[in-house]
Amino acid sequence: MENKIKKVDLIFEKVDQLAILDKSFKRSSDEIILDVIDSGLRGRGGAGFPTGLKWKFARNEESDQKYVICNADEGEPGTFKDREILTQVPEKVLAGMALCGKAIGATEGYIYLRAEYNFLLPMLHEKMREFNQQMKDRNFEFTVFVRSGSGAYVCGEETALMESMEGHRGEPRNKPPFPTQRGYLGKPTSINNVETLVFALMIANYGPQTFKELGTFDSRGSKVFSIAGDTPKAGIYELELGMSLEDFVNEFGDGDTKAVQVGGASGFCVARKHFKETLIGFEGIPTGGSMMLFNSSRSMYNILHDYLEFFEEESCGQCTPCRVGCQQLLKGIEAVKRGNKSPAYLETLQKLSDTMRIASKCGLGQSVGNPFNSIINNFREEIIY
Amino acid sequence: MTKIQEFVKEQADVYGRRRNSLMPILQAVVQKERFLSEEAMVAIATELDLSTADVFGTASFYTFLDTVPRGKNIIRICKTITCHMKGKDAIIETLEDMLKIKLGETTSDGKFSLLPANCLGWCHKGPVMLVNDEVYPEITPEKAVEVVHEYLKKTK
Ligand code: SF4
Ligand code: FES
Repeated sequence: MENKIKKVDLIFEKVDQLAILDKSFKRSSDEIILDVIDSGLRGRGGAGFPTGLKWKFARNEESDQKYVICNADEGEPGTFKDREILTQVPEKVLAGMALCGKAIGATEGYIYLRAEYNFLLPMLHEKMREFNQQMKDRNFEFTVFVRSGSGAYVCGEETALMESMEGHRGEPRNKPPFPTQRGYLGKPTSINNVETLVFALMIANYGPQTFKELGTFDSRGSKVFSIAGDTPKAGIYELELGMSLEDFVNEFGDGDTKAVQVGGASGFCVARKHFKETLIGFEGIPTGGSMMLFNSSRSMYNILHDYLEFFEEESCGQCTPCRVGCQQLLKGIEAVKRGNKSPAYLETLQKLSDTMRIASKCGLGQSVGNPFNSIINNFREEIIY
Repeated sequence: MTKIQEFVKEQADVYGRRRNSLMPILQAVVQKERFLSEEAMVAIATELDLSTADVFGTASFYTFLDTVPRGKNIIRICKTITCHMKGKDAIIETLEDMLKIKLGETTSDGKFSLLPANCLGWCHKGPVMLVNDEVYPEITPEKAVEVVHEYLKKTK
């Protein structure tokens, strides 16, 4: 079989990140930002906001102080790419932060690391000290600090993350104002995913063209995927965006793949009959990189149940549609399974998950409907019987 | 001044007394004591000029900031989807047997707590167990017992 999956090596490739920075520091902020805009890079945390635009907004704000935050709080079940990036190329992450600092005019950067990754702290502190010295030697005013999370998935949401850094419960804020306007401590802040920062650095290295040539019109470049579940090849892969799910399954499946959860617990579950027409990328199903494969030995009821339990526990509880909605969805499928509710009740629950999408304050509550509706639509009988 | 009050004061000297020093201080106390006692929270509130309710309200939001006593070693087993698929139930049963406690409890000698966790970020190498800050991927019931034995030896 022809292999249609294209492996790329931009993220983990060893480069001289200081040389890239030296080159970039000689350029203007606008030139750096224009390259990122031109490259088409979109945030790699999942939401996919154009990175160059975010930097431009942060740059255009007037302020005595601005911040760069590296969001290393990945907590979506199925996602572990940022841990791997931080482990293998921490220098490139730090350099990406400094590049962003130069672009938006910030002098301080923070890595917000989830508590589950605390074992990385000694290494990161060491790299950070080195890096801060290197910036000093270059007379470039930029200092990096590390902050630890404390085990709350919702703190991956950018405003909840900043609440947490400020010493509060990690409850998402209303937007607007956006972090680029009023972020950490009320100052303009560019908050970017770990992987995004490294891609920005590589764009500064090779120019936007190299990046733009990869991927599709809406989904430029490559992306680090974390692959788990029923697959003989579980692990981390950097792949060109825009492949079909069918090609993906041919490469990574175990020959018996019945469903793939694209985009982690908050993503969409795609059933076998749709593999061919499903594209991985912003024109199809966007993903922060998590791909979970399920073969026919798995009960999709159990999988949905696991997801709902996760969301119910991790909801920050601040808004009712999400807090109560998660509980009701979970209780609801349990009742249908036991036979206490008729199968038609599933449609009522789907309406509830639609309401949650519209009425929840942040991405957590808004996206519970993705796995919920896609699993129920594709595997209704497994939920009922 | 009690020991814990002193410790909190030291931490406040290091991290500062502004609101955004709260998390690092809470984390330092948990690192040392394994949980936040009432006394510690009152001390933190006093140092940072916050209400104790505010400190408790913040701490209790976070899974890793325990407000009930925990053992010297905290074992967390990932219970989320892929670790579930790869057999976390067997790990939990084995450890419950070995430690004579249920998931969520602490041994009577105060050496271990056994807690569930939501995705530890090693989904390709499940099941996964975290002991304090140390991670153990691709764990089997036998390996889990071995690891806990090691900690038992190290813990007075
Ligand atoms: S949607 Fe859920 S997690 Fe987000 S703010 Fe509302 S309650 Fe909190
Ligand atoms: S599901 Fe267990 S580590 Fe992610």
